[in-house]
Amino acid sequence: MDRDSLYRESFPIKGDDFERGGEVATRVKGLLQQLGLPRDVIRRLSIANFEAEMNVVMYAREATLEVLVFPDLIRVQVVDRGPGIADIDWAMQEGHSTATEAMRARGFGAGLGLPNIQRNTDEFEVKSDVGVGTTLRYAVHTTSRPKEG
Amino acid sequence: MQLRHVVSVLTCEILSGDDLLDLDIACCFAADLMSDVLASAPNGALLVTGLASSQMVHTAEVADLAAIVLVAGKRPEVEALAFARQRKLPLLLTGLSMFEVCSLLSQHGLRGAVRKE
Repeated sequence: MDRDSLYRESFPIKGDDFERGGEVATRVKGLLQQLGLPRDVIRRLSIANFEAEMNVVMYAREATLEVLVFPDLIRVQVVDRGPGIADIDWAMQEGHSTATEAMRARGFGAGLGLPNIQRNTDEFEVKSDVGVGTTLRYAVHTTSRPKEG
Repeated sequence: MQLRHVVSVLTCEILSGDDLLDLDIACCFAADLMSDVLASAPNGALLVTGLASSQMVHTAEVADLAAIVLVAGKRPEVEALAFARQRKLPLLLTGLSMFEVCSLLSQHGLRGAVRKE
């Protein structure tokens, strides 16, 4: 965050609010469409944002998803207050999850969230303090060729 | 395959998007796990699912899917239907099972989405 962004906006996300889980990703998609970004960039960011939002809904108490627009990339950081992730390497492997049946009944919690975010972004970083919370930072380059997958 | 053809093959009730039946459907992806859809469904695909929660509509929205078929007669949650109508996303309902839906669509020439990995 060493450069000034052209635009930034923050969106609060509430933990355990399954009924509204996905609304922030959809609102951010509308914002990205207004910016006139390529469709592929919007899709990849929206998928990453939705997975990140559902992670907050499922596991954290609350979070802020912040979108920062730069000339050549869109950066997103999701800072949550929650239990944190004890073993990030474990959580990054597909199929690894601590989800409950209620979460799985919503179509999530299969251990694909973090890998899906990484797959759809050009930069990805996750930091976590157990008992404090988790911070996700990811970015999609707006001038790059479409990423396969 | 046009969306109106999907409606007729599956005897669907149109819950949202009755003015979008000319839409061309490129391929189909069937799943109840939304992370699978987000990981593998290409844009423009028809989503066939038994998940009736609002996350089913948000998934279709963020992944640029063409339309949703809700199987086995499950009614969508109130928020899900309101959101589909607001975003002009076609949402169809059929009493057929997931297997029957996929089988019929395949018989009528609709192809499955090719997994991206």
